[in-house]
Amino acid sequence: MNLTEQLNSVEEYERGPIPPKAVKKWQSFLGLYAGEHTAGTEFVIGPLFVAHGVSTGDLLTGLLVGNVLAVLSWVLICAPIAVRERITLYYKLEKICGPSLTKIYNVVNGLMFCFLAGSMIAVSATAIGIPFDLPLPKLTDFYPNSATWVIIVLVVGLVTTLVAMLGYNLISYVANLAAPWMFLVFVAAAVAVLPELGVHSVSDFWDVANAKIWTGVPIEGQSKFTFWHVMFFSWFCNMAMHIGMADMSVLRYANSWKAGFGSISGMFLGHYIAWTASGILYAIFLQNAADKLAFAPGPVAYYAAGVAGVVCVVIAGWTTANPTIYRAGLALQSLSPKWKTWKVTLIVGAITTVAALFPALVMKLLDFVALYGLILMPMGAIIFADVYLLPKLNLAAEKAEKNKLSVNWAAGLTWVLTLAFCLVLNFSVGVEIFFLGLPGWFVAVGLYVGLSKILK
Amino acid sequence: MKLLWYILGATGLGLTIIPALMVFNGALTSDVHKNCMTVGMFLWFVAAGKLIKR
Repeated sequence: MNLTEQLNSVEEYERGPIPPKAVKKWQSFLGLYAGEHTAGTEFVIGPLFVAHGVSTGDLLTGLLVGNVLAVLSWVLICAPIAVRERITLYYKLEKICGPSLTKIYNVVNGLMFCFLAGSMIAVSATAIGIPFDLPLPKLTDFYPNSATWVIIVLVVGLVTTLVAMLGYNLISYVANLAAPWMFLVFVAAAVAVLPELGVHSVSDFWDVANAKIWTGVPIEGQSKFTFWHVMFFSWFCNMAMHIGMADMSVLRYANSWKAGFGSISGMFLGHYIAWTASGILYAIFLQNAADKLAFAPGPVAYYAAGVAGVVCVVIAGWTTANPTIYRAGLALQSLSPKWKTWKVTLIVGAITTVAALFPALVMKLLDFVALYGLILMPMGAIIFADVYLLPKLNLAAEKAEKNKLSVNWAAGLTWVLTLAFCLVLNFSVGVEIFFLGLPGWFVAVGLYVGLSKILK
Repeated sequence: MKLLWYILGATGLGLTIIPALMVFNGALTSDVHKNCMTVGMFLWFVAAGKLIKR
């Protein structure tokens, strides 16, 4: 079989329920989530918490509460609908919202995924660039700062795209392979630098952490974060995936809704321990750095863990970028189901690589992640209401499919009005972007039920 | 043969984490720890590649 035949044979069941032979046990999801959330973003988010002046107590308690809420969102909201429907998010949206509205959503969704994957390619590039004396990007950088940066990003983007073209099974395999080792690299690197910060026994940790790591004082030019920022960020940083239902596309392969508990591995090994560990690594980097605004995960990991640290950053970025490019490919493929998955993935990879050229994607990752979840969240709320609430209220579920509608206006208006509501809260009331998801979700559910009744 | 891969994989993970704990206790230098991590990385990927099926 040549490469084209091999690529054409990759079957991802985009237009129907997956067959029983494709169902996977919960262990597959444990590895997938651990790999995806012990990843390149962790090398950025942990340090950004330090830069935003979180205190030690706020960080540790905020992460605990936020990550528990995130796991519950997967288990109680996303997974039950995924295994009940066994179709992709995009196909489900087509049934509820109509093909035209779904196409708009898919373009927005696909572009958001491209930007997220792009930031991970940029993170990998900071590691690949070490032997080439890559000038370090800074917290304030927006545009590429050197030709070396451009070349390295293009190469990393090309390789990542080629692997993503081979489909879900390969991604799942590599994530499973790397996950245990990557997690240990995060922990080992952090433990090994603790003596340099002045921690020589466990009892020293709390005092040193407050004095030198999570000091409660932001770096100049960065806003101040509290417990609430950490809690809501850790809950909603994957809002598009759980409450927003994007992980329907992955969890539809699960043999039970309990596979949603697989997210525990990602939330606690990745978002708890790895964010904490990468914060420690950034603190030692800041202690030694001549330029406190320099921000590059590759050199940070190299200082603490040598060659293994560099490889870890590259693989971490790659195992995040790959499934994200894959998801973006699925999103855009629904524009024309006849397109082959691998060809769409190739286009998505090209967009992603161009986005990765801009280091601002990394420096503003917290804001971007919150924004992307918020924009996609209302459609998850619509699916939730359509599956659980509309049948109980004697309103038609999957209305677009039943009535052959191009646009379900109840869904379209819900999406627009929810985002308008969040925008007003943000601009007029001053509510920060990290806190908009919760009220936004309830507003979206209420609007969709109300508008479905009015437009019946 | 499978047992050999298990042992190699476990050794790889051990070489990743144990030297870091020794650095923390002052029993090892940072440079030796980094070299151990590199060797551990190779062992892990070779062994895991043999043990974990696609």
